[in-house]
Amino acid sequence: MENILEVKDLNISFHTFAGEVKAIRGVNFELKKGETLAIVGESGSGKSVTTKAIMRLLPPGNSQIKQGEILFEGKDLTKLSDRQMQKIRGQDISMIFQDPMTSLNPTMTVGKQIMEPLIKHQNMSKSAARERAVQLLKLVGIPKPELRVKQYPHQFSGGMRQRVVIAIALACNPKVLIADEPTTALDVTIQAQILELMKDLQQKIDTSIIFITHDLGVVANVADRVAVMYGGKIVEIGTVDEVFYNPQHPYTWGLISSMPSLDAKDGELYAIPGTPPDLLHPPKGDAFAPRNEYAMQIDLEEQPPMFKVSDTHYAATWLLHPDAPKVEPPEAVKSRMRKFMGMK
Amino acid sequence: MENREKLLEIKNLKQYFNMGQQNEVRAIDGITFDIYKGETLGLVGESGCGKSTTGRTIIRLYEATDGEVLYKGENVHGKKNKKDLKKFNRSMQMIFQDPYASLNPRMKVSDVIAEGIDIHGLAKTKQERMEMVYELLETVGLNREHANRYPHEFSGGQRQRIGIARALAVQPEFIIADEPISALDVSIQAQVVNLLKKLQREKGLTYLFIAHDLSMVKYISDRIGVMYFGKLVELTTAEELYKHPLHPYTQSLLSAIPLPDPESERTRRRKTYDSNIHQYADGEEVKMREVVPGHYVYCSEKELNQYQQQYVK
Repeated sequence: MENILEVKDLNISFHTFAGEVKAIRGVNFELKKGETLAIVGESGSGKSVTTKAIMRLLPPGNSQIKQGEILFEGKDLTKLSDRQMQKIRGQDISMIFQDPMTSLNPTMTVGKQIMEPLIKHQNMSKSAARERAVQLLKLVGIPKPELRVKQYPHQFSGGMRQRVVIAIALACNPKVLIADEPTTALDVTIQAQILELMKDLQQKIDTSIIFITHDLGVVANVADRVAVMYGGKIVEIGTVDEVFYNPQHPYTWGLISSMPSLDAKDGELYAIPGTPPDLLHPPKGDAFAPRNEYAMQIDLEEQPPMFKVSDTHYAATWLLHPDAPKVEPPEAVKSRMRKFMGMK
Repeated sequence: MENREKLLEIKNLKQYFNMGQQNEVRAIDGITFDIYKGETLGLVGESGCGKSTTGRTIIRLYEATDGEVLYKGENVHGKKNKKDLKKFNRSMQMIFQDPYASLNPRMKVSDVIAEGIDIHGLAKTKQERMEMVYELLETVGLNREHANRYPHEFSGGQRQRIGIARALAVQPEFIIADEPISALDVSIQAQVVNLLKKLQREKGLTYLFIAHDLSMVKYISDRIGVMYFGKLVELTTAEELYKHPLHPYTQSLLSAIPLPDPESERTRRRKTYDSNIHQYADGEEVKMREVVPGHYVYCSEKELNQYQQQYVK
């Protein structure tokens, strides 16, 4: 499949009073046409910074793309002028934010906010844009769209507002849609509806989606491929089956075993000890080493490269080095691996 | 189960906001349940279903519109003198959802934790007070050096630990935890849940655990109550609720949780709930009924038979 977006060796720093925070330290991935790539990781791991860099929405004062390229259909987005970027934003690449309560303008009707990108990017007339706005509201499943289009955001519930945000993001049929925790603020029942809606719309308009979340259940539901981020790097990337049933990185093991499964019995929940790394002083070796019970001497000294597990599956851990000792993953992971062997 | 000591009895509790006005909200509309000593009762439901209001009304942050909350047989609401109130406040504490908003940024951690100790006069000397603070910090997995710092110096998980230490400071028996982990990262959530479980074992605490993350609730709770629009619709043990959900709303809620398992996600079928399916006739009494021992469902007489038959299958 053809790549629509490629991120190559991306390095981003923030300049703060305390010094330089190296938020992204060499991120590589590609997004294929029509697929959904989920990026998981805890807060501070760099998942939102990566996507904001793609949208060029990082604060201009204190942030800096130190190195790397973001290729969208072959064009390097990091080199575009603000003017050129404005043409792409909302037209080719658009974004859904986490909080539907704050991402809409409270002083504009919902209809006007959906019409804005249509008039700006597609030179539509006002009346044509209004018609399209009604269509879009209908598309995202809002009842009585003719009436709703004239209403203000406060007249909508949280789930309905997120549908409006999705309608705005989809207005120009973008090639890439970035969804930054789009369902985190919503209830499970509403979340299920929004996820179904996104999958449905993806098929209709053939968009590629980057889906950021920390909920592994949501990932299992929507993703074709998964990238796990930790300390400003991608530590594991692969298809959803590979990452969930054959994880290789100890951090991924930790994430999977710290989730209580619905059929879990009692007993202590596995908790990853310690706290995430301080990227003001990034560690010399593997950022996860201090929290990793499988860490070896080399983890403290040198950052592991990406080791290949399969054509689609890579992980950055020294455990995959041919000379590394064989270790036993946690029980929860082993039972998943057995299932993976069975699937093959 | 029946011979276990009831710590808290909630009887037909109602909490209406904007009473008598056009925008009257029936946040809690007549709920009845008991909490036994030493157990964890989970309360789940969508936002706006009244689960937080229930917690807040039990601890008297709101005055109940109607109904009773009995703590060890004594009514919590209603007129009370200062001394009784103080005694009650000491036995019941709360842990809040947002560890960023629930700690006063201008107070040192030691003062945040010791506020309850000061109010209730639990420490005789300054030194004793600090000793208590140190001990509490160590209980929740922090260091004594943290006592002199301010809340902004801590991460979300550490702040939640401070919130727990504050709740423990007055040696309560009953703790209401209102979404204590939903603002935390996945890897930190497990740490805090393990801490809460450990404290319960060591101190014999009773919890009311309010949350919308159903898998975590199942893990921590002995029994779970499901709320829908101000009403309790189902109440039973955690195991039972997941194995035999009876009320259609519970079934729809359970079917909406995405599991971290791509295989099962591909085949998951979501059920939707429409409250019209009940078709209650006029005058039909709808209330909590016991379908099998220990499993209560909000239903009519007719539905009860239906559920019981369903259960046999």
